[in-house]
Amino acid sequence: MEKSTALGTNRTGIDMSPVDVKKMLALTNVTPPSSNGDERAIAEMRSRHIADASVIGSVPPPGSLKGVASTAMQKLTGKNPEAFIDKLGCRLAFERAGVRLYDALIVKASSIPGAPSEIPLDTLRKFRNEELRHFRLLEGAIRSIGADPTTQTPSADVDGMASLGLMQVLTDPRTSLSHCLEAILIAELADNDAWQLLIQLAAKMGMDDMARDFETALQEEDVHLAHIRQWFKESVLDDAAVAA
Amino acid sequence: MALNLFEEKGCPLDRQRFTWKELVQTPISKLDDDAFTRVRIILMNGIEMEALRFSHSCARMNQALQLPLAQLRRVEQHQATMVNGLLGADHSTLETTIGYEQVAIEVTAVVAQNEPDEYLAQVYRFGMLEDFDHLYRYSALLDRLEGKDANNITQCYTDIVPGRPTGVEHRAPQDDLREHYDRSRAAPISKMNALTILSGEQQTHNFYMNVGPLYADPVARQLYAEIASIEEQHVTQYESIIDPNETWMEKWLLHEANEVYNYYGCVQQESNSRVKAIWERCLDYELGHLNVVMDLFKQYERRDPAEILPQTLPEPIHYESQREFVRRVLSQEVDLRALGKQFVDKSREGPESQEYRAHMNSGGSPTQTVAAGYQWSPGTELARGTEYTGDMEATRDSKSARNTEFIR
Repeated sequence: MEKSTALGTNRTGIDMSPVDVKKMLALTNVTPPSSNGDERAIAEMRSRHIADASVIGSVPPPGSLKGVASTAMQKLTGKNPEAFIDKLGCRLAFERAGVRLYDALIVKASSIPGAPSEIPLDTLRKFRNEELRHFRLLEGAIRSIGADPTTQTPSADVDGMASLGLMQVLTDPRTSLSHCLEAILIAELADNDAWQLLIQLAAKMGMDDMARDFETALQEEDVHLAHIRQWFKESVLDDAAVAA
Repeated sequence: MALNLFEEKGCPLDRQRFTWKELVQTPISKLDDDAFTRVRIILMNGIEMEALRFSHSCARMNQALQLPLAQLRRVEQHQATMVNGLLGADHSTLETTIGYEQVAIEVTAVVAQNEPDEYLAQVYRFGMLEDFDHLYRYSALLDRLEGKDANNITQCYTDIVPGRPTGVEHRAPQDDLREHYDRSRAAPISKMNALTILSGEQQTHNFYMNVGPLYADPVARQLYAEIASIEEQHVTQYESIIDPNETWMEKWLLHEANEVYNYYGCVQQESNSRVKAIWERCLDYELGHLNVVMDLFKQYERRDPAEILPQTLPEPIHYESQREFVRRVLSQEVDLRALGKQFVDKSREGPESQEYRAHMNSGGSPTQTVAAGYQWSPGTELARGTEYTGDMEATRDSKSARNTEFIR
């Protein structure tokens, strides 16, 4: 695997400027803060805003609430279908974004000179296509309960916020394959947990067929996670020249 | 060797071309490049953005100049894109902000020392102490929001302690205007200084206005809101020191000369060879622009550009830590306030600014809240090892009044 960590003239630490940092600290130590208190002031401000905040958005009513009856919807009677739709929409958005994350990873893995044979591009392409199939599986699931799979649900929106940094890492030309594997690992870990929870949720909502379909997706996600975790570990050990 | 503005022809305008690939080049390394490389990038982006803003204003008022303005503006647009793209995406918005404040401190400090007019030098020192405080406030936010050390960006060149507290920088508009230099008597360096600092402050204002709402955290949004308001005051201050009696052509000529002046300083001092090549290219292009505008100046004003421009450029801005100067100004002038166009001790500040400020700060001051008890420490304040305790939790009923006493 590529060597991804270089020795160089990193200038960010204080040891690069031993004389200057002494001057800085001498001044800091005799200059009191301009006001009393500590970071609790920030906590208090945040707390007041939380108390005043509205929700980030809503889930539109599913079809049955608009008069479109379905067998599936009948099973949700007496429960909160909006919470279920929110999480289905969240998973759909995550899988769709996952396709794009793998697209970027494939470009990175295929563009690095002397591409590592430990990470077959065919396997990455397979994982990418499985993410795409999971996205479509969720589209069907959401439609089956009369909801709109093109809706961006609140949890999908928030997951999108959380994932922004991952795409930044994967598309920065300067990041190493190892950096990108770590970003994908973060995504796969979260994805794996989320599928397990979604399966439980579907079962408790009485959607047994849906839960079974999701089990198949989870099995594929298990394989993704195991591979990415192993490749990342190997890349780090290789880089440190301590691989077995 | 000094650059002769009347002999250097630069790159002819019709040969100033770019490809999209050239506009987006590999960024500098946030980690390995010198902080002053980032300072130059931020400043030159500001200079280019001012070139665009001036050019549009001029075009709206001068039909005959619209075509040459548009021709030069196309190149300025692409120079700005190429320059600003040198900042890598591994800079968080707050880290870039720290870079902006380092520019405002270090460049304004040099300008204040280069300025031959004592009143204008005082204007720069006054503004510099305010930006110095902004660095401290943003450093506190970077530490307390992202858990990062601002000194990773400033690289020990710039102190991180309070300046003139931002909470007292809020002034009534009449206390933000200054005397302008006299176009017929001011030294060329005074005109370069004014345009340079105006450009930097203007881009800082625009940047904070654009990025503040990108934060989820209301604390960050309010901090940017408060400091953006001061940057707007700074733009008001610095544009007012420029003689409004200059003709449009005179101003255009000075803008082009100032771009040459600043790129020349960058070329001379750049430590990153790849970035230096960009500065050289931009200098060559700007000399071409200057020659175009000198010809237009002769055509429209029937005057010799030598009436406006010096034959050789003034001494460039020196890109090095101004720590000792900044400390001296801090110790001597932190208590100055503005009264109309003059600077006075805080005891003599006028009622208009005090009343305006009292109202703005009446619901609390974000710059105070963010930096409550904050002292910069290498590796963040957490390196001093504060353990979490139950009393660190906010209570719903708590008020922020305790942080507002000094700003009344």
